[in-house]
Amino acid sequence: MSTIASLRIGEMGYISEESLDLIPLKLLEMGCLPGAEVQLVQIAPLKDLLYICVNGSHLAIRKETAVQIQILKANL
Amino acid sequence: MSKNNIKVALIGNPNTGKTSLFNQLTGLNQKVGNYPGVTVDKKEGKSKLSATQNAIITDLPGTYSINPTSLDESIVLKTLLKKDIKESPDVILVVADVENLKRNLLLFSQIKDLEIPTVLAINMVDQMHKKGISIDLTALKEELNTEVVLISARKNQGIDKVKEAIIKCHVAAKATPMCDNNKIDPEYFEKLKAINPNFSLYELWLMVTQKNFPEGITKGQKEQLLSFNKDVSKLKKYQHKETIYRYQEINKILKKTYLVNKNAATDVRSRLDKIFTHKIFGYIIFLLVLLLIFQSIFDWSSVPMDFIDGAFANLSDFAKSNLPAGVFTDLIVEGIIPGIGGVLIFIPQIAILFMFIAILEETGYMSRVVFLMDKIMRRFGMNGKSIIPLISGTACAIPAIMATRTISSWKERLITILVVPFTTCSARLPVYAILIALIIPNKKILGFYNLQAFTLLMLYALGFLSAILAAYILQKTLKIKSSSFFVVEMPNYKIPSFKNVFLEVIEKTKAFVFEAGKIILALSIILWFLASNGPESFKNAEKNTIENIENKQLNKADLQQKIASAKLENSYIGIMGKTIEPAIKPLGYDWKIGIALITSFAAREVFVGTLATIYSVASDDEDTSTIKQKMRSEINPETGKKRFNFPVGMSLLVFYAFAMQCMATLAIVKRETKTWKWPLIQLFGMALLAYISSLITYQILS
Repeated sequence: MSTIASLRIGEMGYISEESLDLIPLKLLEMGCLPGAEVQLVQIAPLKDLLYICVNGSHLAIRKETAVQIQILKANL
Repeated sequence: MSKNNIKVALIGNPNTGKTSLFNQLTGLNQKVGNYPGVTVDKKEGKSKLSATQNAIITDLPGTYSINPTSLDESIVLKTLLKKDIKESPDVILVVADVENLKRNLLLFSQIKDLEIPTVLAINMVDQMHKKGISIDLTALKEELNTEVVLISARKNQGIDKVKEAIIKCHVAAKATPMCDNNKIDPEYFEKLKAINPNFSLYELWLMVTQKNFPEGITKGQKEQLLSFNKDVSKLKKYQHKETIYRYQEINKILKKTYLVNKNAATDVRSRLDKIFTHKIFGYIIFLLVLLLIFQSIFDWSSVPMDFIDGAFANLSDFAKSNLPAGVFTDLIVEGIIPGIGGVLIFIPQIAILFMFIAILEETGYMSRVVFLMDKIMRRFGMNGKSIIPLISGTACAIPAIMATRTISSWKERLITILVVPFTTCSARLPVYAILIALIIPNKKILGFYNLQAFTLLMLYALGFLSAILAAYILQKTLKIKSSSFFVVEMPNYKIPSFKNVFLEVIEKTKAFVFEAGKIILALSIILWFLASNGPESFKNAEKNTIENIENKQLNKADLQQKIASAKLENSYIGIMGKTIEPAIKPLGYDWKIGIALITSFAAREVFVGTLATIYSVASDDEDTSTIKQKMRSEINPETGKKRFNFPVGMSLLVFYAFAMQCMATLAIVKRETKTWKWPLIQLFGMALLAYISSLITYQILS
């Protein structure tokens, strides 16, 4: 199963419904909702902190959080 | 009713232009106070809403939701849950960013459910056209069932409409909730609602999830509420469900009222991000920004600093020649005026530094630095957000420690607080400046770089490296478990608003001058008293000196000098210096330097002033160059050579780089950590480190 952490820069996906309980409340509140389209914008040096764009929010999250959020990759 | 001021609480997500709106509404009519019981600064201002109606506006910290994850955010919850009439707001003004309306409405929906009259101000509407956004305002007002205004705070557009809306909202009927948690689990929430009908369902729900109980909740009700808290997984599940439900409601409303034409959006952000967050250029740019800041602090501040210095020297002269001679005049001329001058001289440097920090925050660049630095900082037990306190610590540790409040992990926040005092704050500058001038030759290395400036740069590097190293050790030794969830928003780039930067600089500088000023003023008075009074031997000092040198040929000035130094040696402070002399002798210091060490445990910058007082009791000149000359001509009686030679100077530099010599910082650390444990660990740990390092430095060099 792919997660936000397995996206490549510029790639998009949809947050899967199953990861609802694993998404921290704060992220949900900031727009990181199941079903939402998420794009990986940039990866910080040393491969940590992922800069994502979801539901109009531009957020940087840690890899440890990103690997918990499962996604369905968008078919290009 | 209308005669009283309306109490308005200003709330919004970070980066929505909340501060701009606050500044537009209140202008210079602001003051910073403290929330009762907590230590976060409370910014308040008065605003004239109409000819007959004023409002008191409170600027609450920026937050994404009422459910807090950091200290800053918990203030918002505490303020809103208060049922105490005096404290609770009459109207809540929610600021939202037009581009991010969906997410901003989440906070709005939570606030609406508290059933307090709410005004929604949608900001940055001047960008609407460019971003391809259109809003049906009438429909939105109806759907949200509240006053909605479109504004552009930076351009001062729509502010009058905000004022009208606040008045309208204030007289309107009780607000209605927007979302009904009953829909999630009717049985569960009916039971919750029954506990206390005086509170709205959402308020009771917040009490359960946040364990925050306002007045008006009885002991029995508190227990009932706590029983809901037993099933944690259910609670978490319902919080998640609630958030999703809120977004569903918001989406329904926005579908009818809000339209984005994505093709119209231009993308400056992604192009700038590619440069600022680049794995090589990103760091180079960050380094250049830092260099620019430090360069400016030194270049731009020297003229106003010389001016302040000169003005105070003149003031001292003026006071001395115009006031009647006596003890009181001595106190003013030798104690108070140099003391105040010692604080005010830092204003230019501090103002410049605060200006740069405000600009970096306003533009959105600071978040990019956090993005670049998080992983590196985490290796040292801190987090990306720690970089902001570490940078602002070079101005002053006090605002830097307060800036750690945005860090939600307690361990990472504590480590940041503990290591911030290692960074070279502006109070160390005068000490470094005078010692470097004494022991480092003023010549160029590599043909262009000034050796003195290079030494100063090395001391900054030493401060930063020791902060990092201390953090690493603390990370390995501190046994604190705390969740490390981390998220930071990457806001859009913005051109900084002059008004916001200006007001920020004024406010921070004012706070510094008053905080530090109080201590330095009090200290210079105490120091002056201790230096000009003493036990029996002090009173006999003059007589003994004259008797001892009676047969020698001395002119009057030399005699005065001898009497003055004999007096100092026998004064209270002289005795204190003599007492600690055996302990500091291995570091290369004598009792006079010892006095300066004692006094500068209150504040480092007192060092220069103390030596000035000690070496020049008879002199009326407070000019730094003469202090420097006096220090240069000071002789070590044991060797017959200069007192401030290279080993002693280096040993002192190292001591001041490491020692925790600032009462104000200790007080702030106590406030922020709520115990004396951490400031005491800082005080003794850093003093020990300073002592050992200076000892090694002196013993190797001499």
